[in-house]
Amino acid sequence: MIAFTLNGEARKVDAEPDKPLLWVLREDLDIVGPKFGCGVAACGACTVHVEDAPVRSCSISIADVAGKAVLTIEGLSRGRLHAVQQAWIEQQVPQCGYCQPGFIMAAVALLKDKPNPSDADIDEALTNICRCGTYSAIRRAVHRAAAILSGAS
Amino acid sequence: MKVFTRRRLVIGGGIVGAGLLAVGFWFARERDRLGSRTLFNVKPDQAGLNGWVKIARDNSVIVAIPRAEMGQGVQTALAMLVAEEMDARWSQVRVEEAPDDVVYRNVEILIDALPFSPEETGTVVDVAHWAAGKLGGVLGVLATGGSTSTRDAWLPMRTAGAVARDLLLRAASRKAGVPVGELSVTDGEVRRQDGARVATFGELIGAVADLSAMPPPPLKRPSEFKLIGKPLPRLDIPAKVIGAATFGIDVRMPGLRYAAVQNAPTFGGEALSFKVKGELPKNIDKVVIVPGGIAAIGSSWWRANKLLNEGVEVQWRPGPEPALDSASLWKRYAALMEAGQAALTRTLGEESKPAKSRQIEAIYQAPYLAHTAMEPMNCTARASRNSVEVWMPNQAPSLMRLAAAETAGLKQQQVTVHTTFLGGGFGRRAEVDLVRQAVTCAMAMPDQPVQLLWSREQDIRHDCYRPMALARWRAELDTAGPTPKLASVAKRQVAQSPSDQFGVRIAGLPAQGSPESNAVENPPYAFPFYRLEAIVAEGSVPVGFWRSVGHSHTAFFDESFVDELALALGKDPFEFRRELLAGKPRHLKVLETAAREAAWGQKLPAGSGRGMALRPSFGSIVAQVAEVAVNGSTIQVKRVTCAIDCGPPVNPAIVRAQMESGIVYGLSAALYGEITLKDGAVEQANFPDYDALRLADAPAMSVHLVDTGSTYIGGVGEPGTPPIAPAVANAVFAATGKRLRSLPLRLA
Repeated sequence: MIAFTLNGEARKVDAEPDKPLLWVLREDLDIVGPKFGCGVAACGACTVHVEDAPVRSCSISIADVAGKAVLTIEGLSRGRLHAVQQAWIEQQVPQCGYCQPGFIMAAVALLKDKPNPSDADIDEALTNICRCGTYSAIRRAVHRAAAILSGAS
Repeated sequence: MKVFTRRRLVIGGGIVGAGLLAVGFWFARERDRLGSRTLFNVKPDQAGLNGWVKIARDNSVIVAIPRAEMGQGVQTALAMLVAEEMDARWSQVRVEEAPDDVVYRNVEILIDALPFSPEETGTVVDVAHWAAGKLGGVLGVLATGGSTSTRDAWLPMRTAGAVARDLLLRAASRKAGVPVGELSVTDGEVRRQDGARVATFGELIGAVADLSAMPPPPLKRPSEFKLIGKPLPRLDIPAKVIGAATFGIDVRMPGLRYAAVQNAPTFGGEALSFKVKGELPKNIDKVVIVPGGIAAIGSSWWRANKLLNEGVEVQWRPGPEPALDSASLWKRYAALMEAGQAALTRTLGEESKPAKSRQIEAIYQAPYLAHTAMEPMNCTARASRNSVEVWMPNQAPSLMRLAAAETAGLKQQQVTVHTTFLGGGFGRRAEVDLVRQAVTCAMAMPDQPVQLLWSREQDIRHDCYRPMALARWRAELDTAGPTPKLASVAKRQVAQSPSDQFGVRIAGLPAQGSPESNAVENPPYAFPFYRLEAIVAEGSVPVGFWRSVGHSHTAFFDESFVDELALALGKDPFEFRRELLAGKPRHLKVLETAAREAAWGQKLPAGSGRGMALRPSFGSIVAQVAEVAVNGSTIQVKRVTCAIDCGPPVNPAIVRAQMESGIVYGLSAALYGEITLKDGAVEQANFPDYDALRLADAPAMSVHLVDTGSTYIGGVGEPGTPPIAPAVANAVFAATGKRLRSLPLRLA
């Protein structure tokens, strides 16, 4: 049994220690917000936070998150949308939407680190792939989320 | 040889050949597509108003969506059509998947798909009979593709909304004892002329039940639209930002098993036998042979995939071309270019021989491309003795049903297909390979649902690719006068035909040897004389529908050559195009809008350049101007200006998003996309060697909707893609003087 914290709750799973966190979430815990996109940490669709840092969950084993706190898109908003999610709706970002949980988790982490990111900061932090091409909307939405978080309306 | 004069061949002209015509005639009238009031899964506390819309006690208006939401905003756009005529309030509108019924089938895709010219009645009748025999009861298809959804729905779904409003008015009239003429539906409720509420929609679910529908009232004039033409918020976005949207891969149900797949290394190969090394792991149920490969089924996909990669030895029967490589294919295409018999020859204008002339020639090539939808390919199926149920992100439920029934040996009526959200489609999800494999696995696990999923490596190596293509353009310049003039142009083009192969794959139809019709559409320009010869290459590499299909490579060939012609004639590429579009006011206005908004002609710094391209496709006209900066061998696309005439836009925000989407998709291909073959197999495997454009490299984009007065509902899902590759290639030439005639665009 491996114990860790998932979206604020203590969880224990009986899984092979080398099973990637992504597949433990999806297969053992029915947490399907983090998506499978490539399996090699190249696309970012599976991005979650481990101890507040963005991690590509397809490429970290469940053994490596033992005792740690994991946050997925499901745990991001408790009753009220996170500013990043609000901005994503305002700017009408998603198209197919498949990659968006990964982008949103990456953006939340970026804004924690840099509350007022420049375009270059966004380029550097958001290296996920979106095949629908929502990039310009994502850029607008990250700036908008920064404004919401800083108290601007 | 068959001469195709239809412009578009979208989703397997061959197969759909039959029902197609029949349906086209059947559904000549919108009222015939209304559907009964019990058709649309009407639950307690709901009332069906026709097949397309029901109301609920909580005042919600629920619209039936028979098309796949793959990011193109189709749920929102189609719901707007009903809500508009019904005068519903946007915040009360919801959507649900439509059931499978003939009223929901995509008629437009079939009309578009007809590979016949109207005068070819003999052929039409012959093929119709043949395909009808083959497909039995299938009249038309539930399918999403060819940028047809809004055009197909434009009249039937508005008519459904108008009929619904009429029913609500009459129900309210009877309930309140007020003449219908004194009532109106305003902002989602029935009101008197003075604005006083008579009834909410929810209060009428009982009263409408007793009324019979009347003939459809007249539809609104465009000047009366309150919702159509507005950038309304999309209905699917709230669920998509909280991780609650269910894609195919997210389907969960009790007892679900997972299946991983290893496909035969070479195209057309099959697994003959296999041997599991050692004991079967405890979380794996079994390993089975499936069409085209082998699958491991168990309680973990990750574990099943690992077993296939490390713990199973398979004896493969190779496909027909196990030694194929890209170099030998290009040689084959070059030989076809020289001596191949054209499957289609077309000429426009009068040929004349100038007294003195000069010839120019350019050869262009485009590679195979994979789709790489973000959601890897998957399908969930449950097979019982007399039924199969399928949950799948797919673009053609009718075809999935057909393939599932064939695989299970059941009748189509015994198969139910549920369409989930699609994590991208781009044409890949009209194919039936996944459903065949999933149903095969499900039959090995009776009564247990099995979710079959391909790894990204399987997706890239076993796609139905955008065809590789070779084109040779020639032009003759009349040099008798003081300045050279264009006398004639001629193109020979070699490619496989996705529509032909699709018919073979779906229904085992014989290949017709016909080129993909949108790969051979005429350029919009008034050339003095134009000759096209299209050669269809045969081959075992599977080719399929890739966003904009044949336009994606043909626009590169045609629009690059138009720039080369301008250069040869000493003209500005914009002015040259304008001259050739003199008789085409719509095209001209679109091109001029893009040029103006991009500041065409204004000076750029050294190493930078602008390029333009124009391509009509799927009923819309799109022009793009790309601005690039070249640094060493690096091409950076800084800015893209896009103008589109798609007729009346239903939701302009979605049109803009689709243009940006098409540009980014096309840029990934233009800058990086290349599938190559070695030893009969694809060399690329995953995003590290088949990359996509990322945020840091995405250009600034501006999109301009052009109103030319056209009332034709043009598509928007695909037309943004074709012009971007030639626009960038032309910009690279403007920046560097280097003409890149091969995709992807590489300077070194």
